[in-house]
Amino acid sequence: MCGIAGLRLKNLDLHNVLGELVAPMLDVLASRGPDSTGVAIYRRDAPAGQLKFSLCAPDEDYDWAGYVAALEAADGAQPVELRRRGRDAVLVTRLEPERARRLLADIDPAVRLFGYGSAIEVYKDVGPAAEVCARYGVPGMAGYQAIGHTRMATESAVTTEHSHPFASAADLALVHNGSFSNYASIRRGLAAEGIGFDTDNDSEVAARYIAREMALGADLADALRATGKVFDGFFTLLLASGRGFAVVRDSFACKPMVVAETADYVAVASEYVALAHLPGVEKAEVFEPMPEEIYTWQD
Amino acid sequence: MAGLTAVELSCAELSVRELNEALRGLPDGTAVRVTEPRGRHNLAVGLSARLDITITGNAGYFIGGLGDGPDIVVDGFVGWSVGENLMSGTIRVRGNASECSGASAHGGLIVIEGDASSRTGISLKGGTVAVAGDVGHMSGFMAQAGTILVGGDAAESLGDSLYEAVIYVGGRIRSLGSDARVEELTADDVRRVRELAAQAGFSHVSAEDVTKVASARNLYRFDALKDQRY
Repeated sequence: MCGIAGLRLKNLDLHNVLGELVAPMLDVLASRGPDSTGVAIYRRDAPAGQLKFSLCAPDEDYDWAGYVAALEAADGAQPVELRRRGRDAVLVTRLEPERARRLLADIDPAVRLFGYGSAIEVYKDVGPAAEVCARYGVPGMAGYQAIGHTRMATESAVTTEHSHPFASAADLALVHNGSFSNYASIRRGLAAEGIGFDTDNDSEVAARYIAREMALGADLADALRATGKVFDGFFTLLLASGRGFAVVRDSFACKPMVVAETADYVAVASEYVALAHLPGVEKAEVFEPMPEEIYTWQD
Repeated sequence: MAGLTAVELSCAELSVRELNEALRGLPDGTAVRVTEPRGRHNLAVGLSARLDITITGNAGYFIGGLGDGPDIVVDGFVGWSVGENLMSGTIRVRGNASECSGASAHGGLIVIEGDASSRTGISLKGGTVAVAGDVGHMSGFMAQAGTILVGGDAAESLGDSLYEAVIYVGGRIRSLGSDARVEELTADDVRRVRELAAQAGFSHVSAEDVTKVASARNLYRFDALKDQRY
């Protein structure tokens, strides 16, 4: 099955309780996917010109001080700020993303890069939502937007790397409920263009495809429209950028999605039960996205 | 049915399993209010007593499924598959319904006062589904027996692969599915729609003006079973 959820706050007063609102959404959706859980939190707190790199270490006792020292040495003494959460850390620094990818892989390939951008932070791990959210302190996270995923694995392994979201470009993250059938062919095509993959997961192929489309100039809606044409299978997709998020369902609308919008927020989830705790949801405009129609909420 | 006693059960205090066990223990004729549903799934399923149940709020998937007796009103909207496999009794939803309303229902009546999403009445097996508003795509898909009444419009592929169920539509039909066709209304059809609209409380449905959709019988060939009851 899998569960997906997203929350975009319009009311600035709610920014400091983003995590408090999102963690219960994912907890409820654990019934749709208990294997792994992940969230992309958007918060603009990097100094101007710097990016946040979401990294995952092999264990809780990882030598982050040594890692940062190696990075600062390699990078020519750029100041690097380290923010730890569980075994993960967000490094804040001024680094060009492609250079960062090479540098980080050289320092320690066992540390994985799950996402980067000026706003995004990605936390994902094996386990049901309540455990994963507690492990990384999701309820305490502030921000203006979040998307999350609870996974019931169907076509590739249950590991931290195979968890959603897949963050394939700066501030870009995708969560997917469903399964693609022709992703191996699409992956071969993308690989031939030089695009790299971290896993053999079908949803990662869509995330890489979308990043490629957006690098060529597509916006969120264009990218989802193209994905719907190229990918065969069942899907409800939730795609987020620094500016907003967008959803699309396949032509049969096989996988569910409910949208609730108020003056304070836009919330989307696989099931309404995941939205029932949100403030004022009883007065929200609630609807289901129509098949193949793209819905976008952004600045 | 006038309730003999009034019982209130809160989903804020009971798990879904505890709630359904409590409902199962109630005698015929009990009036029950189920409060704080907050989108929970599987409320009031598998009940066989003649209960009068009101769910006061928005509910989740499979509400009233497998029911064989109770009359249920949902004062809100519902998720997928309300009244799935209903055997008898009624379910009335005051708001909208998501996908697959009345899926595989063998009997009973499901009334949606708002709109219903895709696959309404999918695989219907003798039950009745009445929707005041619009229905989504693939409604009536592979419906074997029973009646679907749509007060509003029907989306794409209505009645795809129909067997012997019949669909009446008050509004427009975006497109018919494979092997579905429009048929002339008979006096029996008009009588059936008039009764059903009255029972559902659909004053906006004019029985003489609905469009009847039934199987063209080109996709399935049960000639050997011709004289059997479906």
